[in-house]
Formats: sequence, structure tokens, C-alpha cells
Amino acid sequence: MRRLAHNRLLVLAVGFVALQALLAVFAPIVSPHDPLEQHVLARLRGPGGTYWLGTDQFGRDVLSRIIYGCRASLAVSATAVAAALLAGGTLGLLASYYRGWLERIVMRLMDVLFAFPVLLLAIGIVAVLGPRNSTAAVAIAIVYTPIFARLLRGPALVICESDYVMSALAVGASDMRVIFMHVLPNLMSVVLVQTSLLLSAAILVEASLSFLGLGTQPPTPSLGLMLSEGRNFLMLSPWSAIFAGIAILFLSFGINLLGDVLRDTLDPRLRGER
Amino acid sequence: MFFRLIIARLVDLIFVLVSVSVVVFFMIRLIPGDAVAIMLGANTEVTPERMAGLRARLGLDQPVVQQYLAWIDAALSGDFGTSLWTGRPVLDEIAVHVWPTLQLTLLSLLIGAGLAVPAGCLMAELRGRLADAIMRVATVVGLTIPSFWLGIVMILVIAALAPSVQALGYVAFSDDPLDNVARLLLPAVTLALPILANLSRLLRSAMLDALTQDYIRTARAKGATERSVVYVHALRNALIPFVTSVGIMTGYLLGGAIVVEQVFAIPGLGRLILGAIAERNYPLLQATILLVTCGFVVVNFVVDMLYLAIDPRVRA
Repeated sequence: MRRLAHNRLLVLAVGFVALQALLAVFAPIVSPHDPLEQHVLARLRGPGGTYWLGTDQFGRDVLSRIIYGCRASLAVSATAVAAALLAGGTLGLLASYYRGWLERIVMRLMDVLFAFPVLLLAIGIVAVLGPRNSTAAVAIAIVYTPIFARLLRGPALVICESDYVMSALAVGASDMRVIFMHVLPNLMSVVLVQTSLLLSAAILVEASLSFLGLGTQPPTPSLGLMLSEGRNFLMLSPWSAIFAGIAILFLSFGINLLGDVLRDTLDPRLRGER
Repeated sequence: MFFRLIIARLVDLIFVLVSVSVVVFFMIRLIPGDAVAIMLGANTEVTPERMAGLRARLGLDQPVVQQYLAWIDAALSGDFGTSLWTGRPVLDEIAVHVWPTLQLTLLSLLIGAGLAVPAGCLMAELRGRLADAIMRVATVVGLTIPSFWLGIVMILVIAALAPSVQALGYVAFSDDPLDNVARLLLPAVTLALPILANLSRLLRSAMLDALTQDYIRTARAKGATERSVVYVHALRNALIPFVTSVGIMTGYLLGGAIVVEQVFAIPGLGRLILGAIAERNYPLLQATILLVTCGFVVVNFVVDMLYLAIDPRVRA
């Protein structure tokens, strides 16, 4: 019964995320207007009519800009999180498999990066590399690498010391075979859950950077940028800022919920009590 | 044994602090292109003389190791150099801007951690019921709501409901204590919401863990009420992981404050950092990042020590 309820919630979360991902991927087809086209006679309109969610200070269609903004936001944060997973996951996995000095050096390096407040380090990296879409992605990837390494090391340690890994080694399996055939598949559920939770957080970091003017640069549509631009016209027409914020919330919420439900579904220990 | 543990933690602390300073030091040297030309280009015409002058002033004409040692030596005696454009000591600039941020961070921590305790307990007490499920979804919303957006919406709501209330800006505590707290309240709530959500979830699951322990069965067996089992026996033990997370949350708060300060026009470290980036004032940026990070590291060290003090199991 509980599992059924969870599965229903899982379908809901997957559907919600998939819908947003599809909108982002097919942005050129689904958006009703060109996100950069300025309709000079229709500036700062409220929702309704030709422009479903209104227009901004240049008369650009808010809905189209939000769809393209989601696309940019997802592209930056998903690339960054994938890179961080690859780098941090590999480091964490190797550290827990080989132990010894390799583990000590890797985890110490991760501790140093981890010592910085997340957003502050990201801001510092962008400041050094220059504010652009791509540098925001690099910054987020660097910031999340130690987090992935730390999160995956614990579960990887448990698997590396398990009986089935020991027996695989005993029958003479190579290191690479053990890592790819035995450790990694058993780590997948943790990876899946943590990746979605961190992606949800990365979307907020990307939006924060863009909001501060350190991410996507105008006139490219970006959710964080729409909020900071809309702030100047709040009393005239708050709609572009409000809808852009709701879009960020939806993106981040959907993916976080997915991670949450996945955790409850995949983790057998939690099935009874919670 | 206990003593050795403290020494080991101290060695760790020093290692992390030194490494952080190395990372921050090399930051400015990773700038693509000629950092000196970039810095000068932000405000003045770039001439070879000016470039040589600035290079000498920043010590960039010396070997890297020597540069680092000179920099860290000066920093340890409180000299972080002078701001590139105003010529004022960097530390003075930071001192002016640090109070609003510290106050905001502290107030948010009080609100977030303070409310998380009753919220987490309530969720643990009502576990499995509808109210618990609703609160759990609410915590996901709290975690994923963009703080800057929430701030903007709150400003709009205040402007609509009570146009006379001045919600923006900052008034020093020494000038008007009441107005100071009143104006910081809205940004603090904005900043606190994600940590309230995070910490209450954490407390809920820590309490559910604690509730399966033997001492809880003992407490029930001797006839303790459900309420006292949850709020006294389970809570005391669940607070241990909670305290650790509060330390980690200060890192989130220090970063989040940069964003929230922009929304509410608070002249804190966020404004200083963004200003420094805009005018490519790298010495100022470096010093601010270094000091904020060291502050965060030290807070976590203190929390770690507290953890040792309150949990006898770690000491054994």
C-alpha cells in the first residue's frame, strides 16, 4: 500500500520533471514568441491576451523568455552537476577502493574545497574567470565536486568491504572489473538520489549567480537575470519577476521531490518506518 | 585520549586554514590574461608605467613563493593591503561592511535553528499522519524556494499592505536599535527559510532514529508519557547531529546573505564583494573571501569541539 502510494508520487514527480525538461528541450517549438523580439507598443503588460504571462520592460514576451530561461538554467546546472558527479564520484570511488595514501590525499583536497561556503567559492571562481554562462557552469562543477566525493565515499566504503566484493577479488577479478561490475552498480541508487538532490540545489546556485549578474549575460534569457531586471520595475509591473521566480521554484522543487521520493523508494531500510 | 583528539583536530584546523589561504592566494594568479592590465583597465588608461607600478605595489614582480610568504605574513599581522582604488586599508573597508552581514547571519540562524526544534519535534510526534506529510512537502518547498524571489515577493506584499513601512536599507544598531532589528527581520526570515526546512527535516529523522533506541523502550517501560519520551528523551539525543548541521548551515547563510543583501539594499559584505568584482579590485575580493571562509572554518571547529563535549560516545 505504502509502496503504491510512493510509486504514484514517483510517477507524479517524474512527470513534472519530464514536462519541464521537454519544454526546455523543445523551447524553439513551444514558445509562442521570439524571446528576444521587442514589442515596443506592448511594454510591461500584465498576464493575459496575446502575451500569456505579460511582457517585460522592452516588450519581450515573458512566457517565451521563461521557457528559454529554463533551458539555459537546466543546461548550465545539469552540465555542471554531471561534471561534478564524474570528477567527485571517481575520486570518492577510487579513494574508498584503494584506501591508504590515495584516500588521504584525495579526501584532504576535498576538505579544503569543502571549507569554502558554496556560493562564496562559486562567486570567487566566476570573478576570476569572468562572468559568463560557461564560467558559471565551471564554478558550480568545482563547488559540487567535493560534495559528491564525500557523499559517495561512505556508501562506497561499505560496498568495498562487503562479502561479494571480497569474493570477487578472491576469485581473481581485476580492480577495474570489481569497480565497474560490482561496486558501481550497487552504488547507483545513492548516485541517483544524491544527483537529483544536488541538481535541485545547483539550479538555485545558477539562478543566484545570474541574479547577481555573474552568470548568463543579457540579452540572453535567464531566470535569475529576469528577476534582477524585473526588480527595477516592481511597482510598475511585477509579473516578469514573479513568474521567473515561480519557474525557478518549479524546476528546483520538481527535481528535489523526485530525489526525495527516489530515496524513499530505493532505500529498503526506510520502507517500514517512514 | 580526549586530549589527543583535540590536538588532532587542531592540526586539521591549521592544515585547512593554510590550504584555504593558498587557494585564495592563487585565485588572483589564475586570472586569464594579465591580471594587472585587467585591474587597471577597469578604471584608468593602461600604461606600461602604471602596470609596473601596480605590479611592484602588489609584489607581483617577485617569485611566487616569496609573494605568498610576504602576503600571509602581512595578513597574520592584520595587514591585508590597501584597496586598489580608494587607497584605504582593505581591513577598514571590510570592517565597515561586516556588521550588517554578521547581524543578518546571526538573526537568520536564530530564527531558522530556533523554529526547527519545535517543527522537527512536531513532525516526529505526528509521524505517519497527514499533518506530517504536509509538513514534509512544505519543507521541500522551503528548501527549493529561491530566497531572492521570496524577498522580492515579501517586499511587494509589505508595499501593498503597509505602504508606510520602510522595508529596505539598513540602520546601524547604535543609531536606532528598534529600527535596526525591524528592518533586518524580513531579510532574516527570507534567509532563514531554507535552513529551517533543512534542519527540521534533519531533526525529524534524527528523532525517528532515536525513538528506536533501547533507552526509549526503557523510558516507556517505566511509564513515561509519549510527550516526555519525544520531547525529553529522544530530543536530547537527536540534538547532537542537529548541532553539527547548524555549523554547516552558517556556510549557506554567509553565501545566501550576499544575495539577500542585494534584494533588501543592505550595505553588507555582499555589496562589498560585488563592488570589488565590478571594479576588479582583486586584493579586496581576496581578503574578503579569505576572512569569511576562515570565519566559517573556525565556527565549524567550535561546533566540532561542542560535539565532543556533549556526546561522550565520540570521546570513548
